[in-house]
Amino acid sequence: MPEMTLIEAIRQAMDEELARDDCVFITGEDVGPRGGVFRATQGLYEKYGPRRIIDSPLAELSIVGIGIGAALYGMRPICEVQFADFIFPAFNQILNEAARMFYRSGGEWQVPMVVRAPYGGGVGGGLYHSQSVEAFFAHIPGLKVVIPSNPKDAKGLLKSAVRDPNPVMFFEPKKGYRLIKGEVPEGEYTVPIGPANVSREGTDLTVFAYGIMHYYCLQAAEMAAKDGISVEVVDLRTLLPVDKATILSSVKKTGKALIVHEDNLTGGYGGEVAAIIAGEAFTDLDAPVKRLGGPDVPAVPFSHPLQDWFMPNPEKIARAIRELAAY
Amino acid sequence: MPTKIIMPQLGESVVEGTVSKWLKNEGEAVKEFEPIMEVTTDKVDTEVTATSGGLLLKILIPDGTTVTAGTLLGWIGQPGEAIPAEAGGSPTHAPAAHTPSPPPPQTPVARELGFISPVVAKLAAEHNVDLQQVKGTGASGRITKKDVLAYVAAKPPEGLRSALEQSGAGKPSGGSEELAPWEKPGDGDLFRPPELQMAAQAAPVSVPSVPAIPSSGDTFLPLTNIRKSIAEHMVRSKHTSPHVTTVFEVDMSKVAAHREANKAQFARDGVNLTFTAYFVAASASALKAFPMVNSSFADDKIVLKRDVNIGVAVSLGEEGLIVPVIKQADEKSLLGLARAVNDLANRARAKQLKPDEVQGGTFTITNHGVSGSLFATPIINQPQCAILGVGMIQKRVVVTSGDAIAIRPMCYISLTFDHRILDGALADYFVAKVKEALEGWG
Repeated sequence: MPEMTLIEAIRQAMDEELARDDCVFITGEDVGPRGGVFRATQGLYEKYGPRRIIDSPLAELSIVGIGIGAALYGMRPICEVQFADFIFPAFNQILNEAARMFYRSGGEWQVPMVVRAPYGGGVGGGLYHSQSVEAFFAHIPGLKVVIPSNPKDAKGLLKSAVRDPNPVMFFEPKKGYRLIKGEVPEGEYTVPIGPANVSREGTDLTVFAYGIMHYYCLQAAEMAAKDGISVEVVDLRTLLPVDKATILSSVKKTGKALIVHEDNLTGGYGGEVAAIIAGEAFTDLDAPVKRLGGPDVPAVPFSHPLQDWFMPNPEKIARAIRELAAY
Repeated sequence: MPTKIIMPQLGESVVEGTVSKWLKNEGEAVKEFEPIMEVTTDKVDTEVTATSGGLLLKILIPDGTTVTAGTLLGWIGQPGEAIPAEAGGSPTHAPAAHTPSPPPPQTPVARELGFISPVVAKLAAEHNVDLQQVKGTGASGRITKKDVLAYVAAKPPEGLRSALEQSGAGKPSGGSEELAPWEKPGDGDLFRPPELQMAAQAAPVSVPSVPAIPSSGDTFLPLTNIRKSIAEHMVRSKHTSPHVTTVFEVDMSKVAAHREANKAQFARDGVNLTFTAYFVAASASALKAFPMVNSSFADDKIVLKRDVNIGVAVSLGEEGLIVPVIKQADEKSLLGLARAVNDLANRARAKQLKPDEVQGGTFTITNHGVSGSLFATPIINQPQCAILGVGMIQKRVVVTSGDAIAIRPMCYISLTFDHRILDGALADYFVAKVKEALEGWG
């Protein structure tokens, strides 16, 4: 199996879907000849031409609005929002149109659209290029919310997202674009939207994470293993609909849960996981459910030392693991 | 002095029972030996009778509650009589599922246990662990899930036995009076659950469930107690014993002739002479000849059973099946066996079996031939060593010893045995003995 980076896997997924289905097209800022600011669409304009790889104005509302309209006409748009930080002008389109179209039309109209957006900090991007936005969208019934943590899943999940009849929010950990490498199976495959993945088996406690934090959690679990702590790591992969069964069966096994995300803690997605565990696995708990997230400040700071202070990293996660294991 | 009503131990592996229905209300008069409540367990449903006459003074455990054997359920006494205060509805009688065992009286000062997490409370209740005995290794000496699991793994039988003793301790702590023997849950091997008799395999085997993907129009049937019990037992048996099945063919000519000749005579004694009686008789004599088949595998030893108690599986239709036991089958005549088979089967179908009639079996016969099956590979009824399957008796063309072709009533019998105890040769000798007894009948 060839090894590739996260972004190569994402590009390959789009390339294969463009080739497979003429209805698939990409629109977004700089996705055309420039190949996207992260080069996610590099080479696709040359291959598929300006009618399928469409540069958009600097207007996210219109990128998503065009996507919704095209999807209603049977197209399969992939809308790229250059940074998740910029998605909010399109929020109304996603919440009030895309998410509820199927519901509102009694099942007559579907919006098979993918919105891709790089999210997260750690790249020195400052306040407007570092945000985690998943919690806003995981709150919206009618959407699917997917965050891959490795190249294999990224490719398989993105292909599933393109083929899904529902609007899918596909958030990509930008810090992992070239940092996270992994083997990707050759040939056609998809990874289903929904199931979480137990990426490391353990017995003492479970760490739940997604995206770049999952990558860090595996490193933290390795560090904790040196102290004799057996950590199970669950990669949620899909936040909406979330895989309750895997969450609960892991907690039943280990009795302790740590949830890690870089989004700030209050109202973050970890609260949802904690509530599922408290509500449905209460009698299996051997310790309070613990969350590790970014501090409740308005945004990821620009200063590098302050950015480090904001971001969970393997050391911080390992510390939380040790505290929970000692409880 | 009022009399206690105690949850009886309704079977060797039954440590709890559900009060399904009180037949009397508080204040109502009861006669001695009159049924006062119905009890359900995963093995049998039965009634509890009053051990003395008077009034039903107090109901402590309401309908629908499951409690451990030995729990005080209520009081019978004379009008106006007071119930001993210290025993009335104290938390020691709360449902088993929620109560960690109370600290034993000999511990004068209970240590401060600190925070008990939900899973620790649950495990302690499930395994009847007295948390005072568990060493805590968590923060500030808190008892962790691992601590309880390590404790349970270290000493399962003691834990459960002391819990049984303590749950018998529905005794008023102030009173000097000891519980009468019949009020205590049974002790000793006979009353130890088979799970514990097979301590090496004691880890509970959960019934693995393949995730069911419901499609529209599917119906969900809730599991009945008997279904759950069968499912659990079958999975455990398959996990416990390496099953091997050996098959013999038996010429039933002589048995058929004997039955034909004696049917009317038996009928005059009120007994329906079935083929099953012959299979029980033949098995009993073969078990006497090969006592290794009449045994159980326990940890580090094989237990040869003194009594030959043969269970006969009785189908209850869709509901399930039950295995009443003919005790000391080797000491009964064919008439006695036939009568016992009739009686147990009838009462099994009418659900009137007494708890001790479905336990203590040392060998089992399943007559699957009644539903047309030729031969089968039955699952061992734990903790027994073997089970005999009896196929349909069918006329077949056979070659006799004189090289003639004849038509004979033939029957396949199969023995599934525990390969930990028996090897193929001995198992075959046993089945050959059964065959010999049947073919040489008369």
